[in-house]
Amino acid sequence: MRLLIGLLLAFAVAASVGLGSTLYALQGGTAFGAFNVGAWTAWPRTGTPDIDPYARALIARSGELPMGAGDGVAFVATTDDDGVALDGRCDVTVSGTTPQARFWTLTLYDTEGRLIGNSLKRHGFSSQEVVRTSDGAIDISIAPRARAGNWLPSGGIERYMMVMRFYDSPIGVASRTGRETPMPSVKLRSCS
Amino acid sequence: MTRWLLWLVSGLLLGGIVHFATILYLPNTATQNAYARISAIAPVNSVVALPAPSAEKSIVPLMDPAFASAVCRYDLTDAPLKLTAPVSPAYTSVTFYTDKNVAYYAINDRAAGRRSIELDLMTAAQKAELPEDEEIAAADRLIVESPTQTGLIVIRTFAPEPGMMPAAIAALSGARCGPQPLQ
Repeated sequence: MRLLIGLLLAFAVAASVGLGSTLYALQGGTAFGAFNVGAWTAWPRTGTPDIDPYARALIARSGELPMGAGDGVAFVATTDDDGVALDGRCDVTVSGTTPQARFWTLTLYDTEGRLIGNSLKRHGFSSQEVVRTSDGAIDISIAPRARAGNWLPSGGIERYMMVMRFYDSPIGVASRTGRETPMPSVKLRSCS
Repeated sequence: MTRWLLWLVSGLLLGGIVHFATILYLPNTATQNAYARISAIAPVNSVVALPAPSAEKSIVPLMDPAFASAVCRYDLTDAPLKLTAPVSPAYTSVTFYTDKNVAYYAINDRAAGRRSIELDLMTAAQKAELPEDEEIAAADRLIVESPTQTGLIVIRTFAPEPGMMPAAIAALSGARCGPQPLQ
């Protein structure tokens, strides 16, 4: 009898710990091979056959097609530089210099990876169409209402994420944080 | 008391095994992965344009709206595959995915270094069957080895600004893929 109860206890613990930690890992996102620069995170290994099992499980569930390493690298930001979650009701600026690449695109998505609806049908900028400051840096405003200069409509949604993709870029698994990869800063200005 | 503790510890250990087993097994159970979603619209071994993502609809999440994309869902069971993709003025890339959406190879127009990207896709077994002299000729032939029998090839062309999207879509329309039996 005690053996049976013991076995049941062990199985109950195993099931709750095992499945719970799996769920947690899939919700929290993988930390393996993450490459952090300020608010931005990239997973260069996810675009290669050496992708880790956690990232593999994540992409299988989300249904996305990760960017191949020979194509480029994608940096994701869900917060500003101070760690405050990106809120579509606030004014956020993305400014500074970008790492070496043939070109880049910056796109806004909701937390499910869908584009954010707006009347302009503007979902992002490419490096070719963005207006630069006199020193060649970028300065993009993400806000619910129109702003002067490079404005991306946030649609006023509560949470969103930014994905900056660098195509034909030398950034890879071997890259280090620092001067090699100067990512633009993400600053929260004001909230309406 | 120690007996219960032992059961608890063995439960925790077993929990760890359950965790790794579920993580490893999960890609096999995902019915809504990109391969499954694209299989619904793409016939085997031919190039199909992917609908442009919009706020309402996107066949897979996190598509880059600055790109036009097309897909070739391949099946190498009968024969290797030949892919030809003309290079667009702006940028063209070809990414190969297994049926579990692992991006195992990607190449862009600059790396391909021609006016069009031409590739032969085959399994390791098919590559081993290549005749010897074929192998020498293969020097100027780009051969990609697929780790799986089935998968996806996604061809993407860049539109630097929205007005250039028609040109990007037009560049994709010349892309072809089809079986190429070994001689």
